Amino acid sequence: MSSDTETDARPTPEKIDRVVIRFAGDSGDGMQLAGTQFTASSAMFGNDLATLPNFPSEIRAPAGTIAGVSSFQVHIADWDILTPGDHPDCLIAMNPAALKANLHDLKPGALIIVNVDAFNERNLAKAGYESNPLEDDSLRAYHVLTAPMEELTKKALVGTGVKGRAVLRSKNFFALGLMSWMYSRPLKPVEQWITKKFGEDNPVAAANLAALHAGYNYGITAEGFHHTFEVEPAALPKGEYTNISGNIATAWGLIAGARAANLPLFLGSYPITPATSILEELAKQKHFGVKTFQAEDEIAGVGSAVGAAFAGNLAATTTSGPGLALKSETISLAFTLELPLIVIDVQRAGPSTGMPTKVEQSDLLFAMYGRHGEAPLPVVSIASPADAFSATMEAVRIATKYMTPVILLSDGYIANSSEPWKLPDVADLPTFPVTFTTEPNHGDEFLPYTRDPETLARPWAIPGTPGLEHRVGGLEKHDGTGNVAYEPDNHQLMTELRAAKIDAIRKDIPPIKVHGDADSKILVLGWGSTFSAIRAGVLNARRNGRSVAHAQIRHLNPLPPDLGDVLEGREVILIPELNNGQFARMIRAEYLIAPRSFAKIQGEPFKADEIEEQLNEICREINS
Amino acid sequence: MNIDVKQYTRADFQSNQEVRWCPGCGDYTILASVQTFLAELGIDREKHVFISGIGCSSRFPYYMNTYGMHSIHGRAPAIASGVAAANPDLTVWVITGDGDALSIGGNHLIHALRRNINLKILLFNNQIYGLTKGQYSPTSEQGKRTKTSPMGSIDYPFNPVSLALGAEATFVARTLDMDRKHTAEILAAAAEHRGTAFIEFYQNCNVFNDKAFIELTSRETRDDNRVYLDHGKPILFGPDNEFGIRIGPTGAEIVEVSKVGIDSIQVHNAKDPEPGVAFALSRLSRGPHGPTPLGIFRDVERPVYEDLLVGQIEEAQAQKGTGDLADLLRSTGTWTTN
Repeated sequence: MSSDTETDARPTPEKIDRVVIRFAGDSGDGMQLAGTQFTASSAMFGNDLATLPNFPSEIRAPAGTIAGVSSFQVHIADWDILTPGDHPDCLIAMNPAALKANLHDLKPGALIIVNVDAFNERNLAKAGYESNPLEDDSLRAYHVLTAPMEELTKKALVGTGVKGRAVLRSKNFFALGLMSWMYSRPLKPVEQWITKKFGEDNPVAAANLAALHAGYNYGITAEGFHHTFEVEPAALPKGEYTNISGNIATAWGLIAGARAANLPLFLGSYPITPATSILEELAKQKHFGVKTFQAEDEIAGVGSAVGAAFAGNLAATTTSGPGLALKSETISLAFTLELPLIVIDVQRAGPSTGMPTKVEQSDLLFAMYGRHGEAPLPVVSIASPADAFSATMEAVRIATKYMTPVILLSDGYIANSSEPWKLPDVADLPTFPVTFTTEPNHGDEFLPYTRDPETLARPWAIPGTPGLEHRVGGLEKHDGTGNVAYEPDNHQLMTELRAAKIDAIRKDIPPIKVHGDADSKILVLGWGSTFSAIRAGVLNARRNGRSVAHAQIRHLNPLPPDLGDVLEGREVILIPELNNGQFARMIRAEYLIAPRSFAKIQGEPFKADEIEEQLNEICREINS
Repeated sequence: MNIDVKQYTRADFQSNQEVRWCPGCGDYTILASVQTFLAELGIDREKHVFISGIGCSSRFPYYMNTYGMHSIHGRAPAIASGVAAANPDLTVWVITGDGDALSIGGNHLIHALRRNINLKILLFNNQIYGLTKGQYSPTSEQGKRTKTSPMGSIDYPFNPVSLALGAEATFVARTLDMDRKHTAEILAAAAEHRGTAFIEFYQNCNVFNDKAFIELTSRETRDDNRVYLDHGKPILFGPDNEFGIRIGPTGAEIVEVSKVGIDSIQVHNAKDPEPGVAFALSRLSRGPHGPTPLGIFRDVERPVYEDLLVGQIEEAQAQKGTGDLADLLRSTGTWTTN
């Protein structure tokens, strides 16, 4: 069955400029996959988009319960959007728990499409419903459409070779087919993906294709589904785009950074949510010469990376909060060895195991100060999935130019969400090739702790280089020779030199771009993944006549040299953060000013509305 | 091994740093043995990398005129694994002690052994924490009185050779700090071995745990207690080789050759693919007290981690060509706007 013929039956869809859709079901229902594929076909169609996956940390929480609900939200638009949307216009609920868990987020009047087969007594009870919401009029504020997704999937799969309980695994494709009909998405990208993923002759491919078409055709034939929608391609700046998630962009940024530095890439890592997919992605890219070392623990992950850095590779390690804590001692070693090392912390809600699949920015102060001894490090943050590539390259540039570990802060929201990314021309990417030292630098001697007068970086001479044999270590080093030294003055000198080297990076940071009303009395100052919500909230506030400026800070240590000027003269500096005010504390300490902290610690990103509401409140206060 | 062997002397491997172990420490002898051995080995000096953890023995790299890193307590095998994986052309040595390797770094040790990454791990076992001045270690015998065990240690000790065999290390040996000839033989075999080589040195700490190995070192008792393992030869010991080792139903046992006959004596097979007999031999003595095997317990071949790592990269490049960044960025599909 070809998907082309079906478009003939299509009624004229209603043109809408944007829609927020949430696929929700049990964590075993394949909602992440359905959402991702819906996103992929929207991307191919040319919409702007942003996504927000949300899943329980348990692989399979008890089926049918609220705890087991997994969802995937996608915002598609025909214009340049920033966030995955605050409130869904449409919810696909595969069972009662999915309905119950997500109902409160919906817009009034939102469309709800339910898998009616799952609304039986048992599932209703598991979700905590006393009566069936499809029958008790409690959903009267919404537009509810039902489809017997399980029954129709079973029927559609007859003859595909897939039988028994496995049949119901295809019901997410039924839902995807139905949604593709409702929102005028092409089926072809999904069909191609299924064939590629499962193989043409695999009965599972046939089953998923059958379910996909059954869902689409149900839309054509069933009553109620004839009011369809269409979101036209977005007028994004001219160029070639791909739909990118943050962890993939980070992995690619490491490959590009290693290429720019002209070094082989080594990743020493240990699986941890939500960082693991960086390791997985790099493990797939061996033809780039990438070496991935899945270590026995977090400490060995960073330890192997330090060894690889000593041996002359671009070394990286990926982790999340608890892992960063375990790596702390080794990062201090790398700091005092003065070797380049990229430490990527994909932050999650803590402390301890916390909420591993939920977003938080609460490792900021740990990244800044979480080391023993005097050990300042550059800290770079990623603002969005599409920003991850260049932010990662920037971390590599700093690490190799200044011979230092760099902490790159990402988070669970950036890691798993996606957005269109305008592909850079590879020829235009920055290059910063590393030159290893191969000759003695002091008469016929090699002194490993001499310094470049400008950057204060020490030379990088790697094992295998004749005549430059030298020892490095965790003991204090003598200035120049690097020999073990306990002299009081030398320790002070070395401590100050190491700090001065990091501080000197300040001169190497581009000017801050202030967005919006640059001279406004109100500045929203953000860092990391709050970018999209802040920018959208500020845009909305300005559309509503407010005067607001926004600056998003990428370099958190050292801070940009012009930040003092940007902060100067503001009446209110609002710092929204997904933590309890850590960046606000840093700004207060550094500039002796009193910013206004807007802390959200709920494991979820900011909504644009929340930022706008804060701005409205501030404006009311200022004007009253 | 280089075809064009360089001529080195021991002095070529001595750094300009003053060696600062306590006078009489067994570490001096091991340092001299290693330096002398490397000069004879002839591998280019710049290809040697010594990675150590923390502890008395871990100062070792500072005294070697090679590349080296004095790293973090327990972490040397992890760091060295990164060095070896990043550049398989290097000869990577790990210098560690009983506390470093078996207590804080136990995890890294067993995983390095399991992976069979190309490291030469020299474990200086003095059965005490020396650098922190005399606390019991994971190899101290039960009942040992130290500053942290005034009523005697209640910790059951590790037998390092048993541990390494249990982790299926491909090369496991034991030698004595003061026996330089034997040390040289073991080092040569370890250098020859591809994969992880694990050598336990019984190393005397004359300050905090003097004479821990006296039964193996004193003139009066050493011939009774040193049981040398030589591949392909019956395991005999005693002043006149009058004793031997037999593998019985419950493990290795000491027998008198005259009573059981030479044919009952175990012929040592370091190449045995299964580590069971080697493990049985490692159980012979505890402490060590009484007859104690020295030499190469096990020396078998298994694919080396770096070879597999590089092999996969070459295979991927043969299939997909050398990675192209522009292609990678387009690998999940793109669309174009005008």
